[in-house]
Amino acid sequence: MHIIEAGNVAAAIGVKLSRAQVIAAYPITPQTPLTEKLSEFVESGELEAQYIPVESEHSAMAVCIAASTAGARAFTATSANGLLYMVEQLHWAVGARLPVVMCVANRGIGAPWTVWNDQQDTISQRDVGWIQLYCNDHQQIIDSVIKAFKLAQTVSVPVMVCYDGYLLSHTYMPFEQPEQSKVDAFLPAFTPKHFLDPENPGNFNTVTLPDIRLDVDGIMAPGYIEIRHNLQEDLRAALDTYVTIDKEFEKEFGRGGNPFVEEYKCEDAEFVAVCIGSLSYQLRDVVDIMRDDQVKIGVMGVQMYRPFPDQAITQALAGKKCVIVFEKALSYGNQGALYADIKSALYSSEKKPRIHNYILGLGGREIKTQHLLDALAESCTTPDTFGDSPRWIGLKLQE
Amino acid sequence: MRKDIIEIRWHGRGGQGAITAAKIVANAAFVAGYKGVVMAPTFGTERRGAPVFTSLKISKAKIYDLSPITTPDMVVVLDHTLLEEVNVVAGLKENGLVVLNGPRPLAAYPFPGMRVAVSDVTKHAVEAGLPAGIVNSGIIGAFAKATGLVDIDILVQAIEKEFVGKKPEKNAKAARIAFDNTDIGG
Repeated sequence: MHIIEAGNVAAAIGVKLSRAQVIAAYPITPQTPLTEKLSEFVESGELEAQYIPVESEHSAMAVCIAASTAGARAFTATSANGLLYMVEQLHWAVGARLPVVMCVANRGIGAPWTVWNDQQDTISQRDVGWIQLYCNDHQQIIDSVIKAFKLAQTVSVPVMVCYDGYLLSHTYMPFEQPEQSKVDAFLPAFTPKHFLDPENPGNFNTVTLPDIRLDVDGIMAPGYIEIRHNLQEDLRAALDTYVTIDKEFEKEFGRGGNPFVEEYKCEDAEFVAVCIGSLSYQLRDVVDIMRDDQVKIGVMGVQMYRPFPDQAITQALAGKKCVIVFEKALSYGNQGALYADIKSALYSSEKKPRIHNYILGLGGREIKTQHLLDALAESCTTPDTFGDSPRWIGLKLQE
Repeated sequence: MRKDIIEIRWHGRGGQGAITAAKIVANAAFVAGYKGVVMAPTFGTERRGAPVFTSLKISKAKIYDLSPITTPDMVVVLDHTLLEEVNVVAGLKENGLVVLNGPRPLAAYPFPGMRVAVSDVTKHAVEAGLPAGIVNSGIIGAFAKATGLVDIDILVQAIEKEFVGKKPEKNAKAARIAFDNTDIGG
């Protein structure tokens, strides 16, 4: 059944359908309505879960870590500075290989304070080891939350489901609610291989030494570097796992088929705009306008940013004349992070496209279709004149 | 810039229910066959009593641009006192429509080059048995009469669904009375 609701509500319904068992969260704009909705679900009995209000985001993630260690399906949500306040625990959750799922309603980071959308919060956490999924509309939010729980428990890595604050979190649009029985079939109850169990005492996350050593049972146990190596290997293998999960989801619900990137009019395109999140949908209208003027252009949204789907991206972009990367985040002192990652992926490609980087929309600066048209027109007409530094769109600098 | 999208901007005051009204119309429009529906409230600075607006875009096809409306086809104003504070017709397209809740006759609200529809929704809501000041259901009746975009019966069903447990019949009645008492100018 279709309903019309805000993106935060789509996320909350996804969490309810996934039968999360422990929810701990601290409210922060623009994530707040999501946690309010979940507490309503728990209060009314629609969702059988423990809702644990906490005094900070750091504690929210600590509760999720504890719950997940005990084998419960754990969920939290945050934005911006709230995400950054839990960073130490983010590293712990992934190092301890706990299948926590978290939604992030993307918001710019203070100082200076802003409550509006950009993606600096999650992009700045790309190296933590969490899987990062990004959504373009409400259907992708609810579907991604359900898939995220399955992916997290399959590969024992926590997953962030990210969506643009306000633009998606507070905007209403129609989406299909999956049936509970189908979600239950897709995502059955889960018992991890190892969990905290008073009947079977064990040591978790003990101190490692620089070298390997015998554990308490006399078995040679991996050291820190082996454990970290395994995380890297498992994250790379998670790419294939997610393809499988996406296919299963598509079979059950009829939606999917684009686990890594979503392309629009890219097949015959000479120019491809690339970005993360709802902007990739706004760019579809721009592509249509330029197509009317006979410009062979398409747009590609990146749906999974970590692990980085470099092969899918290379396959989509190699041989194009020019790739134009739009970002609502920046690796300060360098370039856009996505831009740098795409360049790196294309380095070994024989047919390297030109590649341009635009920074826009920081702190909720409105992204006007005309600005996008102007930027793309310049990239398409003079692709050889761009340097490696990002250009800014919509700046109003005073002389 | 897409020609197929109808852009409707809703003006009200924080707490007056403009967002709820736009959401009801969004639901009804979807039921009536508009598969593309996007409603984007003003972000971040809502305060009770302060002027707020929300953007509603509807189309037969999926809508991709989530940015606020700047050139609406029509504006709906829940409170005539806003006319003194806000330029509600900013960016309104030529021959665009203003749907207004106001106590005075059409001639009292001149908008040159635009079409105007007026209903005293505040009064009609009280006639329907609602407490004074509830206007977000009644204004939908005026909207239906003035625009003809969505059938009044579908809108009334959406009102009853939204106001479950909150006087659904009286809210529906307010919309119907306003529908029958909306004056539309040339």
